[in-house]
Amino acid sequence: MKLQQDILLWQGFKPATAGNPEQIGLGAIEQAFPGSVFPKRAIHEFITVFAEDAAASDGFIAGLLAVLMQQGSPCLWISTSRRLYPPSLSSFNVEPERIIFMDVKSQQDALWITEEALKCEGLAAVVAEIDALGLVESRRLQLAVEQSGVTGFILRKSAKQMANTIATARWHISPLSSVNQGGMPGVGFPRWQVDLLKVRNGVPGRWVVEWAGDGFLEVSNNIDQNNTAPDVNWSTQQRRQIG
Amino acid sequence: MQRRFVSIWFRQLLADWQLIRRPELIGVPFVFAAPDHGRIMITAVSPLALNLGVEQGMRAADAKAICPGLEVLEDKPGRPEKLLRGIAQWCIRYSPIVALDGFGMDGLLMEASGCTHLWGGERAYLKDIVFRLKDKGYTVRVAIADTPGAAWAVSRFGKVSPLVEINAQAEALLALPPEALRLDGQISLRLRKLGFYQIKSFINMPRSVLRRRFGQDFLLRLGQALGTEIETLIPLQLPPAFQERLPCLEPIRTRGAIEIAIRKMLECLCQALQAEGKGVRKAVLNCHRIDGQLIQIAIGTNAASHSAGHLAKLFELKIDQIRPGLGIELFILEVQKADDVELAQEAIWKIKPGLDDQSVIRLLDRVAGKVGAEVIHRYLPATKYWPERAVVNTVCITQKALSPWRTDLPRPTQLLATPERVDVMALIPDHPPKFFIYKGHTHQVVKADGPERIEREWWLDEGEHRDYYQVEDDKGRRYWLFRSGHYGSEKQFKWFIHGFFA
Repeated sequence: MKLQQDILLWQGFKPATAGNPEQIGLGAIEQAFPGSVFPKRAIHEFITVFAEDAAASDGFIAGLLAVLMQQGSPCLWISTSRRLYPPSLSSFNVEPERIIFMDVKSQQDALWITEEALKCEGLAAVVAEIDALGLVESRRLQLAVEQSGVTGFILRKSAKQMANTIATARWHISPLSSVNQGGMPGVGFPRWQVDLLKVRNGVPGRWVVEWAGDGFLEVSNNIDQNNTAPDVNWSTQQRRQIG
Repeated sequence: MQRRFVSIWFRQLLADWQLIRRPELIGVPFVFAAPDHGRIMITAVSPLALNLGVEQGMRAADAKAICPGLEVLEDKPGRPEKLLRGIAQWCIRYSPIVALDGFGMDGLLMEASGCTHLWGGERAYLKDIVFRLKDKGYTVRVAIADTPGAAWAVSRFGKVSPLVEINAQAEALLALPPEALRLDGQISLRLRKLGFYQIKSFINMPRSVLRRRFGQDFLLRLGQALGTEIETLIPLQLPPAFQERLPCLEPIRTRGAIEIAIRKMLECLCQALQAEGKGVRKAVLNCHRIDGQLIQIAIGTNAASHSAGHLAKLFELKIDQIRPGLGIELFILEVQKADDVELAQEAIWKIKPGLDDQSVIRLLDRVAGKVGAEVIHRYLPATKYWPERAVVNTVCITQKALSPWRTDLPRPTQLLATPERVDVMALIPDHPPKFFIYKGHTHQVVKADGPERIEREWWLDEGEHRDYYQVEDDKGRRYWLFRSGHYGSEKQFKWFIHGFFA
């Protein structure tokens, strides 16, 4: 048991401390990770095959960044073909001017910058849109992360090479129909189906999450598609305010 | 400190140069000539030809009549200046401030203040200049004085001593002819007509009388020679404020050795920078190879830095670009742009980290050095509605936003760089689309918001306004569509997709 805990610690999972659990505002999803703590010293991989999935992943990551960047540290966003529209980040409580974009031409440059950035302790997180990520590259990134404690998010378009990286968690975010309270017309808050496809030493699962304007809100799992308002768990823990 | 100036006069610059290049011309009278108004005029004369009576300004045909064996060589305009520039570069060994003599383009002026003691006094200094230039084949006359004007006069017309003592320039000038004041031909001719053959005959005259007869320019030249008017030299090369040189005994060829050289120079340089509270923004490393080639690598930083370790890392990224060839014998590290370093106060607790965190700035420097500074972007809000112009790139890392980011209008997470055409079915006048076809797939629209009309900035470009709709299809995917133009206008309205919502 002690050995198991030590291994988890070495792999970048912090044990839950009794007094002040570091939460990222994901609610029940955090239970899927070992020790019920979202691993910050880790590489998170997002599979985005379609543009709609990529947009949803961007939104989900932005929601996580809002918490990670709370201390004031900046974030690096590395891409070879960036579509992210900076003003949209402000609706996820992220200040767009605190994100430094690196729009490089080649994957090699993107990989080099990603590794260097993950070694830089002054950053809160690094988001990289990289396709050509093999076992060797992901191992190097993981080593950099374990040293510095910067959270790494990798956005990957190709589904082919899904198996051969050693990311701590692999996510797939897809958009779901939004629901307006009280049957109001129009488009509501963004709602996603969050698939945690793989998580090291944790329990993969599927959740439905909504960005409720100031934080994530988990919607109960058994939603029906008939647009009736589903039961919403408004627990105090999940309605954590993010400033 | 008393300022001292040296004037070097090349009596026959072109002739000397030609004799160095073509030793077979020794013993042959030759002249340089160039066409002028359809005649071939002599522009420079060798000493031998001068003895035979050939003078500058004669026609080449006349000179050939005087001296039958005369060799006439073609002269190119601008050649003396080119030669002088080369010699002036070499003369930087004597003084950092070397200027071309713009009056006759036949000499150099140097500021020797504080330099002469290195040669053991002014006399030894002048001797060294004359002998070294003579070794190379140039006959020169030199003089040193408190003013460039006096040095110029004594080097050309002086008969007593090239050393003009401190504050003795007026006495030295007394016996010289008026031409020694660098006057143009008309004025010196007029002076001679009036019987002023020596400077002492008019130096004590009232200035108002001299101005009336010979003009302000004459008084300026007189004042410059006497030291009452300030004359500034335009140095050939401005000495950079922060520079480090490392000559190598053995030519350097290996990467390790280059790294050691860079570190060694940076340590000295950073000490100098630190003492003045400055930091490097731009620096250039010049590598002089033994085959005469010069290789330069440049670095830039995002914030002024005087940390030797950090700057060395930036240079190490670029060492691959140095081709040492047979070896490098001299390294010169120059700071091209230096800024004040903002000294952060040492804190016991690390206060809020931010964009100006040193580790982040160093990371950006490394990226700028390796990949290029143009890949780094940071955006601030621009007060514009047009989506493509709503953000503006920052120029520096500390720039703050002047206006807050807007969150009241829906904006997509992903924006297409150029909107793509879609086929849409929508009810008029301003209903959102019923369905749209994008890349061959039909999307049934279930929910929609809009329209949000964004007018085009007519003062920047021409075209139709846009009516934006945020739509959600039956599978829950959210898009940003717009219609360009009005229904039923003469111009065809078009539907586009411009982005994807989260």
